[in-house]
Amino acid sequence: MKTIEDLKRLREQVQTQTRVRQESSKQIIVGMGTCGIAAGAREVMSAILDEIAKRRLEDVMVRQIGCIGVCEKEVLIDVVLPGQPRITYGRVTATDIPKIIVEHVIQGHIVKELVVGKITE
Amino acid sequence: MEHYRSHVLICAGTGCISSGSKKVEAALREQLTQKGLDKEVKIVETGCHGFCEMGPLVIVYPEGVFYIHVQETDVADIVEEHLYKGRIVERLLYKEIGSHEGIPNYKDIDFYKKQMRIILANCGHIDPEEINDYIAIGGYEALGTALTTMNPDEVIDEVKKSGLRGRGGGGFPSGLKWGFARKTPGEKKYVICNADEGDPGAFMDRSLLEGDPHRVLEGMAICGYAIGADEGYLYVRAEYPLAIKRLRIAIKQAEELGLIGDNIFGSGFNFHLKIKEGAGAFVCGEETALMASIEGQRGVPRSRPPFPAVSGLWGKPTNINNVETFANVPQIITKGADWYASIGTEHSKGTKVFALTGRINHTGLAEVPMGITMRQIIYDIGGGIPAGKKFKAVQIGGPSGGCLPEELLDMSVDYDSLIKVGAMMGSGGLVVMDETTCMVDISKFFLSFTQAESCGKCTPCREGTKRMLEILTRITEGQGKEGDIELLEVLAKNIKTTALCGLGQTAPNPVLSTLRYFRHEYEAHIKEKCCPAGACTGLTQYNISEVCKGCGLCTKECPVVAISGEKKGLHIIDQEKCIKCGACMAKCPFKAITKG
Repeated sequence: MKTIEDLKRLREQVQTQTRVRQESSKQIIVGMGTCGIAAGAREVMSAILDEIAKRRLEDVMVRQIGCIGVCEKEVLIDVVLPGQPRITYGRVTATDIPKIIVEHVIQGHIVKELVVGKITE
Repeated sequence: MEHYRSHVLICAGTGCISSGSKKVEAALREQLTQKGLDKEVKIVETGCHGFCEMGPLVIVYPEGVFYIHVQETDVADIVEEHLYKGRIVERLLYKEIGSHEGIPNYKDIDFYKKQMRIILANCGHIDPEEINDYIAIGGYEALGTALTTMNPDEVIDEVKKSGLRGRGGGGFPSGLKWGFARKTPGEKKYVICNADEGDPGAFMDRSLLEGDPHRVLEGMAICGYAIGADEGYLYVRAEYPLAIKRLRIAIKQAEELGLIGDNIFGSGFNFHLKIKEGAGAFVCGEETALMASIEGQRGVPRSRPPFPAVSGLWGKPTNINNVETFANVPQIITKGADWYASIGTEHSKGTKVFALTGRINHTGLAEVPMGITMRQIIYDIGGGIPAGKKFKAVQIGGPSGGCLPEELLDMSVDYDSLIKVGAMMGSGGLVVMDETTCMVDISKFFLSFTQAESCGKCTPCREGTKRMLEILTRITEGQGKEGDIELLEVLAKNIKTTALCGLGQTAPNPVLSTLRYFRHEYEAHIKEKCCPAGACTGLTQYNISEVCKGCGLCTKECPVVAISGEKKGLHIIDQEKCIKCGACMAKCPFKAITKG
């Protein structure tokens, strides 16, 4: 390292590694109740993490949540973007994940055919 | 590339390691692999979080959920419930005293909420063995700023303006000290970090070195640049193996990145660091003894002047500061002297880290702004006195400090106010005592510490403390005589004015401060041959009153078989055999046993 700019570049590079410990504005929330797990929530979770790693989306926080009651629509995932209503997708499979992440999380367009609900806070 | 959706922070400070955090970590690693979560959940070992009482501590991100007293057997629940399903494990949450409600996020816990964590900001939140964790939060940028945009005088001016004072005990203005070392001409100069923390009950510097070592190294390098030194020593006691290990890793990593070494940031400034392990003599915390020890000589103080800034290590101009002082420096450079000076009181700026120990609910580390009251530290942050006991005194400043009574709880905690009441800031150990602590006994304890640690070079300290200790021992054993108090005062005054080094000069402080605020306890020991707190075994006697129903519980409880009596008849205690442990009194269902 020779200059202070080198340090700043390294800082930006390594910041992604500790990102999880800071508050993130974008969230993907996976329903991990018994119903969700039975319907394949783990596979969906793995697909989300793969996609995030592939696209290096370090500012997305992935959380789990328990059963919210519409068990027949599992696997349920929610996408929360800053300043927008929380969108719930139902009967999600691992194959739907790239589409949801590219269109909704990155581009900001809701994937209408998979939506089962919307929560405005 | 893998994406970790969750980070599990496990405290690997000395406190949590001794309560079992390494086992927790091993179990967690194993179970994450079993569950196939090892590629998405990352384990991070951190330094001390400060809430040592509650250890082992585990924090789960992104939620920031704070788990306490986590044992190996709890790991399955954390993995299965939290990391797999996203459900918080309620039973492992911290419960606030009073409300008993579980608090998931550590930021909402009173112990943390009421602190101001600047020095400890990273402790417990970064991996101390990973320099990138420090760089990610802006580490080494202060050094970069100083080297590339400021000249040495500007750095010193900034430190002067910030009002930073030495955190090792005396509270000497750091900028002024740096200025002296800069002004002394010389090709070769040294920076020394005094990490010979030796006060009973003090562990601030240790936690800082174990939890955020780079911050201290960065502060030292900035100091080196300011005074014109190209070499630094960290004097760490050998009893701190973990701190030494992490410092070695930190120095190596910083050297690999060129942050310590030659021509740092292309500025032409060279700075090299070495670690010197101290053998654990308390006196080596005194700066001249410390330097003698680095030079390979016997660790004894010499008289000053010349001060280290003029003739220090190997006769060269040297600047010595303590760990916490250096840790303050990077922030002063990055955020500016004005920001720093806005915290604290008129003459005591910034924050101070205290190690809370003794009869207090939350043993641990607390960082607070200068000028806060002792009551806030002990009650709001420390959670008050356990077991419904009454507060009696707080010892601040270690063996060189003093005991303060309840009347002084509302005074401002800053350098000058503490000196006025006969105590001192010291390095920041706070030992809280309740009504069961005898103040004569406690001053005997501190004096026996300084007496044992006296290097023996000067007579007042070597002989004087010994004589004082003899008198105190006599008093606590019920052999006190008229005139003992006055004799103690004379001896104390002589030692204070004639001892060679700071440690000797302050050694009588615990006796003087307890005499000032708790003289009646000394008098009770001498005149009435009784110990009001019931702590001095030589002056206590347990007796069984007529209330005794002869149930025999006490006879079973007594570890030395000193109690005898017929069934359903009055029992008696054999005073010759009794060791005054109090076990019988605690057991008696009829409160028939009295202490006097």
